[in-house]
Amino acid sequence: MVWFGELTTPAQLYRRGLWFLLPAVVWILGLLVIPGLSLVALSFAERGQYGEVVWNFTLENYARLLGFGLFGWSPDTVLILLRSLWVAFVTTLICVLLAYPLAFFIASRPPRTRYLWLALVIIPFWTNLVIRTYAWQMLLAPDFPFAKLAQTLGLLAPDAGLYPSPLAVYIGMITAFLPFVVMPLFSSVERLDWSLVEAAQDLYASRVRTFFQAVWPQTLPGLTVGVILTFIPAMGMFVVPDLLGGAKYLLVGNLIQQQFYASRDWPYGAAVSLGLMVMTLVGLALYRRRGKDVDLV
Amino acid sequence: MRLNPLIGITAIATLAFLYLPMLAVAVLSFNKTRYGLTWSGFTWDWYGRLFSNPEILEAARNTFLLAALSTLVATVLGTLFAIALERYPWPRKSQGFLENILYLPVVTPDIIFAVALVVAFGAFRMVSSLFEPGLFTMILGHVTFQIAFVALTVRSRLKSLGHDLDEAARDLYASYGYYVRRVLLPLLMPGIVAGAMLAFTLSLDDFVISFFTAGPTSQTLPLLIYASVRRGVTPEIHALSTLIFLLTVLLVLASERLTRR
Repeated sequence: MVWFGELTTPAQLYRRGLWFLLPAVVWILGLLVIPGLSLVALSFAERGQYGEVVWNFTLENYARLLGFGLFGWSPDTVLILLRSLWVAFVTTLICVLLAYPLAFFIASRPPRTRYLWLALVIIPFWTNLVIRTYAWQMLLAPDFPFAKLAQTLGLLAPDAGLYPSPLAVYIGMITAFLPFVVMPLFSSVERLDWSLVEAAQDLYASRVRTFFQAVWPQTLPGLTVGVILTFIPAMGMFVVPDLLGGAKYLLVGNLIQQQFYASRDWPYGAAVSLGLMVMTLVGLALYRRRGKDVDLV
Repeated sequence: MRLNPLIGITAIATLAFLYLPMLAVAVLSFNKTRYGLTWSGFTWDWYGRLFSNPEILEAARNTFLLAALSTLVATVLGTLFAIALERYPWPRKSQGFLENILYLPVVTPDIIFAVALVVAFGAFRMVSSLFEPGLFTMILGHVTFQIAFVALTVRSRLKSLGHDLDEAARDLYASYGYYVRRVLLPLLMPGIVAGAMLAFTLSLDDFVISFFTAGPTSQTLPLLIYASVRRGVTPEIHALSTLIFLLTVLLVLASERLTRR
């Protein structure tokens, strides 16, 4: 802090500090916090006949979220929620499994080329996700070698493509999120204390044991950041399932988007968004407990 | 350190997997046929057509206008925010609240972010027609998520600067205004530029916020590509995507150069 001569009391300092603070805080409060909170109010409202919002208190949107519709209970929306959790979980897991070899490989390069390799991981990630996702549409199309191979192996009906399918969604998700895990993990691996690994080997620990007792705990800070940066946005992802999943593999993100576009049912859309927010906050709470001393960015 | 060769192979395969999509798009952008994925000869045609397609030019103009204007606003607000957070002795509780405000745009899933904006603009529209979906609402939306990233970047620079030069300026009787102009801002400049570059790329890259806040006349390149994926992609879109890819790479490399000094 700056205690300039003419300012001596905290009150005077605060007054000046407010000029720096207020524009950004008011902006974020006005466009993110208050609208976010008003989603809560909106989720208890009703949809009017023409898609307008009618302010009658109702719990119906939440009942629908849990599957209670006009025609009794159906598992559709619950399935979408659970599927989003599952897809986010599997995506994160595969990203972590792929990120470890990559992080160790990059960390083992000579210092001169190390950052070049790291740049190679980030460069594809600078391309817009929409582009990378539609590229996978083509790569998984029926007349492309991948699908042809699956067709000859009998895994796929002749002339069928590999998308839309759950597999395509996972591929798209991994393309989207892998760098998010590799980057923080690499920063942990680079600072790894190898003397612990040597000690473990000197004491005849097996490879698996060496990894889990000497390496894994040291990479935990980076891993936690990577997992959070992947898991949370993966749950709300809507571009990838939209372009690669098809109508049978909807995720929460698609459900929300439908409410604000095709169905024009804002109250229900708000309820679904809050459902997603709750799942996110649970994820964040777990992160806070596990990785207190890790910077998020 | 010596690694199992299997690790190296997995790593290279993973990298190849990351580049496969871009490579496919780039190759197809030089393909002569308009339809299908079979190779039928090399051509630059699609790149030429790109620059005579009014829809694409309009979208490119919107994209850059949006990125430039929102970055400008976000850089000013974010820098001020970072200075306020780092250089003023807020009480503990307020500091905690401010930290939450800072991280909120970073951790909110972008679809919820977008939905909140839709709701906000819906309410504001009752007051003024300025908030009809369009470039203006998109700028407001982009600034909202950019502020946090600028503030975080500038703040880490402020932290690493320490207080020595602040104190030196004070000891030499600099007024606060003089200190901000001649000491603080020049020292912060690399951080501010890095933050602005980051904000600019984030804006160029954004799809979800734009998708929810755009109006009929404010199509940007990502929205255009998304729309054409639904209609059926043409090689022009491949060419466009390849150009965007090259441009982003150049932009980020340039910002790396700038900030390293």
